[in-house]
Amino acid sequence: MSTQKNFEEPSYLDHKGKYKGIFSWILSTDHKRIAILYLFSLLTFFAIGATLGLLMKLELIAPGKTIISAQTYNAFFTLHGIIMIFAVVIPGLPAVFGNFFLPIMIGAKDVAFPRLNLLSWYFYVTGVTLVLISQFTGQGPPDTGWTFYAPYSFRTTGNMLPAVFGAFVLGFSSILTGLNFLVTIHRMRAPGMTWLKMPLFPWTLYATGWVQLLATPIIGITLLMIIAERTLHIGFFDPTLGGDPILYQHLFWTYSHPAVYIMILPAMGAISEIIPTFCHKTIFGYKFIVASSIAIAFVGYFIWGHHMFTSGMSGTALYTFSLLTFIVAIPSAVKVFNWISTMHKASIDLQTPFFWAIGFLFVFMIGGFSGLILGSLATDIHLHNTHFVVAHFHFIVFGGTGFAFFGAMHYWYPKITGKMYDSRWANMGLIIFFCGFITLYGEMFFLGMKGMPRRYYDYDEIFHTGNIFSSLGAVVMYFGLAIIIINLVSSLRNGAKAPSDPWGGKTLEWTIPSPPPVENFEEIPVITKGPYDYK
Amino acid sequence: MSTILMTHRDDLASKTGMWLFLFTEMLLFGGLFIVYSVYRYRNPIAFHQAAQELSVFIGTINTIILLISSTTIAMSITAIQKKNKKLALSLLGITIILGLAFLVNKYFEWGEHFKEHIYPGSAVLALRGHGDVLFYGLYFFMTGLHALHIIIGLVFIMVITFSIKKDKIDHENYVLLENSGLYWHLVDLIWIFLFPLFYLIT
Repeated sequence: MSTQKNFEEPSYLDHKGKYKGIFSWILSTDHKRIAILYLFSLLTFFAIGATLGLLMKLELIAPGKTIISAQTYNAFFTLHGIIMIFAVVIPGLPAVFGNFFLPIMIGAKDVAFPRLNLLSWYFYVTGVTLVLISQFTGQGPPDTGWTFYAPYSFRTTGNMLPAVFGAFVLGFSSILTGLNFLVTIHRMRAPGMTWLKMPLFPWTLYATGWVQLLATPIIGITLLMIIAERTLHIGFFDPTLGGDPILYQHLFWTYSHPAVYIMILPAMGAISEIIPTFCHKTIFGYKFIVASSIAIAFVGYFIWGHHMFTSGMSGTALYTFSLLTFIVAIPSAVKVFNWISTMHKASIDLQTPFFWAIGFLFVFMIGGFSGLILGSLATDIHLHNTHFVVAHFHFIVFGGTGFAFFGAMHYWYPKITGKMYDSRWANMGLIIFFCGFITLYGEMFFLGMKGMPRRYYDYDEIFHTGNIFSSLGAVVMYFGLAIIIINLVSSLRNGAKAPSDPWGGKTLEWTIPSPPPVENFEEIPVITKGPYDYK
Repeated sequence: MSTILMTHRDDLASKTGMWLFLFTEMLLFGGLFIVYSVYRYRNPIAFHQAAQELSVFIGTINTIILLISSTTIAMSITAIQKKNKKLALSLLGITIILGLAFLVNKYFEWGEHFKEHIYPGSAVLALRGHGDVLFYGLYFFMTGLHALHIIIGLVFIMVITFSIKKDKIDHENYVLLENSGLYWHLVDLIWIFLFPLFYLIT
């Protein structure tokens, strides 16, 4: 062992590359360093988005104008949406944990195109910068909501062009990441790692890669058409020139519905890693989880119409989209059953990442069931554009993807940083965050049922009590979030040194030192067993 | 210690990546083809009449130009494989000239329309009704986006030509040339669909 230590490579954090200081990060093509770049930029944008969300909730604590004006409120929900959707949850798990762990988990030294990987980070930062520029230049910030619905998106005096173009650039970044992962998985799996010996997180990244690749160009061209509409007055979606605004909605949701599977699939992948590790047990129904990921990605293409039940479609289209929406719930439920069955009769090690996974299951199921309520035609007429939709969406995307993101962060933190975090503070942060979350978004279901519309800065007195609860929940959640982040940051300095396998995980990332060496593996491993071999 | 970093090459991976990228390009134009079909279905007569005003002659010439340029770039790959650098360079030169000729034709074609005050947002066009506005809107947007792809393709091919001159691309390492060939074929293929949709179906 001692002779082996002498030849051990420096970790990716200590490695002296061609460049020094900050350049050793922003010019690095190491997938691990790029993942850290994504992590920090993503957390910065998340902080901006979360603060905007908190300010909106504070505005809603009482009817009438409380702290911000109507126009500012419109600008806030637009920016909150664009940043959170395009810059936080869509890149989220793939760009951070996918970049860091995909090559390691399949036994490769890097992704297939390391330079392209760095380029997509630059596209990412450029895109967000453009979106932020739109706030401070031109005639006022965009106020269309993140959906840029026609014809308002080319009638408003708000500064739409940089925002729309920024979203286009972010889409390009997403495509390049997806493309990179697909080729990496096809070409760079370690010898012996057949498709069905691949861990589940890479499998979900594979399904996600195809969605990124095949859906994102549609939003790309749609956003370009909005730009052309604003600058050249072509008339694609302008009824006064013969265009059809409903066609815009179809094109927009053709991407933006599959996009929610870009958000949730890698989250499901991370949960599928966490649960067997802390149950010390092979995951139940591996092949079913794989198949359900592919099924979700595939069926996810054909259900965009459920965003448009009230926009005007033929009866046949309505029934078809509603039926398909119900069908896509089946593979998601299959996954939930598999996770629960894995826990059955397992000797569960109760650690922070596992608590996040349990939290994920809870909120994801509430989010999923409320999705079925919205997917049925009759109830949707009542609930469309109310706070019920906002609650459903946040339960899935912040509850689902967000919980999985923080779960993954606590799961892989020792591997990424080489330090252990303080799990007592981590658990306390989680409990406060969870209580805040449920109070904030749970209350919105009731407000929506009573008929409170979304995207208004003002409301009738009958909604007041519910909104007080909801806004207080937002403050509590923000506080919990602060504890979680501060704990992780301070553990960087004070945390104990992490062993190479702190949780007893069996996938490849736990076979190498923490933090991983520059080249990941001294020798590329030969795979003979399945990924969750606990026998 | 880490000197072996990134010395190894995987041509099949590069080509797979290029094919995946071409899928995204097809879907990018696919969105426009859907918009085109919807508006053609709704305005059959206006689209029929407006299409008759386009010059089938220039369109045909441009189609022939692009088809030949696709052939020459494919031939240049074979030339590189057979270690004939000079032939490969001249074939790429011809491809570039043909690409430029396409753009020059496009310039004159668009110029004619502009002279008749037919362009997006023009008052003359607006007077002719919704169908014409949409037809010409789509015409300018789609052929414009296609022309942009021609320009990007030409830049790629020029860079590749330069690398062949400097012997950075040779008979053992020509995947970049193959990839730019694939891109050029895609640009050609999209035109093969644009040409009948705008010029021939009347």
